[in-house]
Amino acid sequence: MGEALFIHRLHFAFTVTYHYIFPQLTMGLAPLLVVLKTLALRTGNPVYDQATRFWSRIFAINFVAGVVTGIPMEFQFGTNWAKFSELTGGVIAQPLAMEGVFSFFLESAFLGLFLFGEKRLSRIAHWWAGFALFLGTWMSGYFIVVADAWMQHPVAFNRLPNGSFEVQGFSGVLTNPWALVQYSHVMSGALITGAFVMAGAGAFYLLSHRAPEFGKMFVRIGVIAGVIATILQIFPTGDIHGRYMAEYQPASTAAMEGLFHSEKGAPLVILGQPDVEHQRIDNPLVVNRLLSFLIYGTPTAEVDGLDHFPRENWPTSIPLVYFAYHIMAGLGTIFVAIMGLALLLLWRGTLYGMRGMLWILMLAVPLPFIANTAGWLTAETARQPWLVYNLLRTDQGFSANVSSANGLFTLLGFMGMYAMLSIFYLFLLQRVVDEGPEASA
Amino acid sequence: METVWFVLVALMLAGYVVLDGFDLGAGALHLIAARTDEERRLVLGSIGPVWDGNEVWLLAAGGTLFYAFPLLYASSFSGFYLPLNMVLWLLVLRAIGIEFRAHLANGLWRDFFDGVFSLASLLLIVLFGAALGNVIRGVPLGADHYFFVPLWTDFRTGPQPGALDWYTVLCAVVTIAIIAQHGALYLILKTSGELNRRLRTIANILLPAVVALTAASLWASVGVRAELLDNYRATPAGWIIPVLVAAALIGIFRFTRSGREREAFLSSCVFILTMLVGAAFALYPVLLPSSGDPTLSLTIHNAAAGARSLSVGLGWWSAGMAVAIGYFVLVYSLFKGKVHLHSNGHL
Ligand code: HDD
Ligand code: HEM
Ligand code: HEM
Repeated sequence: MGEALFIHRLHFAFTVTYHYIFPQLTMGLAPLLVVLKTLALRTGNPVYDQATRFWSRIFAINFVAGVVTGIPMEFQFGTNWAKFSELTGGVIAQPLAMEGVFSFFLESAFLGLFLFGEKRLSRIAHWWAGFALFLGTWMSGYFIVVADAWMQHPVAFNRLPNGSFEVQGFSGVLTNPWALVQYSHVMSGALITGAFVMAGAGAFYLLSHRAPEFGKMFVRIGVIAGVIATILQIFPTGDIHGRYMAEYQPASTAAMEGLFHSEKGAPLVILGQPDVEHQRIDNPLVVNRLLSFLIYGTPTAEVDGLDHFPRENWPTSIPLVYFAYHIMAGLGTIFVAIMGLALLLLWRGTLYGMRGMLWILMLAVPLPFIANTAGWLTAETARQPWLVYNLLRTDQGFSANVSSANGLFTLLGFMGMYAMLSIFYLFLLQRVVDEGPEASA
Repeated sequence: METVWFVLVALMLAGYVVLDGFDLGAGALHLIAARTDEERRLVLGSIGPVWDGNEVWLLAAGGTLFYAFPLLYASSFSGFYLPLNMVLWLLVLRAIGIEFRAHLANGLWRDFFDGVFSLASLLLIVLFGAALGNVIRGVPLGADHYFFVPLWTDFRTGPQPGALDWYTVLCAVVTIAIIAQHGALYLILKTSGELNRRLRTIANILLPAVVALTAASLWASVGVRAELLDNYRATPAGWIIPVLVAAALIGIFRFTRSGREREAFLSSCVFILTMLVGAAFALYPVLLPSSGDPTLSLTIHNAAAGARSLSVGLGWWSAGMAVAIGYFVLVYSLFKGKVHLHSNGHL
């Protein structure tokens, strides 16, 4: 039983983490494609059309990977989390089914029109196809975040006599305040990915003395979008998200911050390892009173530590929650520094020749993927041991009729399949980058 | 209200089979019917702009099923755990086969992805056919509404069957014939020349097989589950469905002979649609029959979501589907007519 639960958790965690590698880039690039397309319309300069075509090729490859890894997700609630699905389907499947009927249909229809319709559609119609695609991907993100937000912060439901949940009305679940906060944070996170990827590609072309016109364009657009998104990521979205956590999931906050004991004027731990056995932080580097200040706005407020909560309600893996959270927040801070510096250099007109900075932009490309993954890891593991916060425990939600061996079998199958997919994906992207935007005439 | 959702979900699934059916069928025939790189590009070009949208019907139907009948979704998806995960793997492989092929002009690369696409399509048809067979035959539901079927046991339809037994294998074979024919009729509509002629030959060979196998499978179904005729006895108007099935088959025959490609393909759509409607009509109000104690069957009553969820859902579902159908009309109308290689950026 314990092993089966573990396998099902790993199964879901692995497949969804892998899936999210792709949609974050899809959602991040989609608005940038609209920007490029708009510039093409406004200036009439064909290089923008060429740039759009180049990024569409990357977008298309990435989209395929997102679609094929997303389909298993849609069915995994039933296969691996049957009891959870049975009980919460009347609520959680509302956003999931809406995602299908409202955004996946939209995306699939307009992706084709956008990618293959440039010659057949008018320029304005083609712009609209790109815009519809952007809308579809961002709506997808909203619906899925609504589903997740309901698990984090369940609202607007009735509990039926048999223990299952039903929606109270149409809009309650969709306007969950948690979802609005989470969505804005997730989307600016995706935009960070898109911006870093675009800037990084531009830096690559400039550094390798190829296609300087495009290199500069990508760096410029990437850095401008990047500055906006990295700032939004911390303030206000990350900040509000953190306060929500402290208010509604205080045990999760304590685990994220590594706060074992309740304290007035609690410090913010910057570095250090949480030692769960001894309930302390090893090798601490702290800023006194900062945590109290960040959450309550006063440096002396009392923050609940883990000791405030019964042990069986502690998140199941405190070190993981803690590290994931610190990786996310640490990278977030570094991103602001990188993009801020790049903007300064851009404004002073020296960025394109500053090889050191271009190297940083190029090498930073993987970091937003890491930050986004770490963020989701934080959110999902800090919610433990609850599947639906305070209402349904994770060990009551999995498919008890699926044995651990069968779970492991399909998990290994997905791992093999995704290893192969990764190879094709990287190979094809490398080819597109190598051919370069010059080839997209 | 449960009945309304039963009809809606059944229609969405039927819509999925009709739409994705033709691109699955095209995939199954891909290696046989299309010999040269050019012909294969034509096949892929015929489904390229639409296959993903067709597959979204599966996702949307799955999501809707999850919302309206959570217990059915939970019980059947976990109970058919192994075959369902295989379906997921095959969907991944098939999509990769279609989309990654065109990126390299290398012959080996293309042959590899042609093979992946075709084999995955064929196996998906097998699994979908067997799945339908399982739903008609019934599964060993326990008192807690859950079950787990292995891939196979002794290939008999007893109280402890596997996902594959003689009956579900028969269903899989029928499905191959029907879906391959459906794919052939679609491709005939989209292609011309040598490829078109070869596809006509294939369609002509498949039609007698479809007729014979359909008859055999209907006869076997009633043998395996005699209750299937109950609804037809209680509501004789239901016999209109088999009449329509027969009419659609005649339509396929006549229209292929007279070269009316559009009508032939539409007849095939009607054929598949009415077959599935007939099955749904026979099952109602059962969603998933129990192969043992019949009182354990999942029905629209014990598997439905709360009344409030069901009534709230109707509004957004209708709005969403109306818009979605609009996209389909738009995409298919922009994409009508025969495909030619250069006009399609997809290749
Ligand atoms: C580029 C990605 C990225 C970056 C730089 C940050 N985040 Fe984040 N964060 C996410 C990407 C993300 C995410 C992947 O989007 C998460 C996971 C689930 C969610 O709702 O958003 C998230 C969740 C998340 C949560 C909720 C965790 C939970 O629900 O348990 C909080 C409190 C923060 N973030 C706070 C911050 C702060 C204070 C940051 C900066 C200093 C920060 N994030 C940077
Ligand atoms: C792409 C972003 C996401 C990532 C990276 C992610 C990651 C994870 C991880 C790591 C776990 C395992 C947690 C643990 O067992 O300790 C998990 C569990 C789970 N998540 Fe997410 N998640 C994501 C989005 C979602 C969304 C959008 C939903 C709901 C619609 C969701 C629903 C679940 C469920 C049902 C479980 C299983 C129960 C559990 O172990 O908590 N996840 N996820
Ligand atoms: C349990 C969680 C998840 C499920 C069930 C799921 C389901 C799916 C499915 C079925 C697809 C393919 C759609 C198609 O065929 O067009 C998909 C793609 C997508 N998903 Fe997910 N997803 C999950 C997590 C997430 C998260 C957390 C996000 C974003 C915040 C996200 C955003 C997207 C987007 C934007 C797409 C379309 C673009 C692309 O394919 O890259 N998904 N998802």
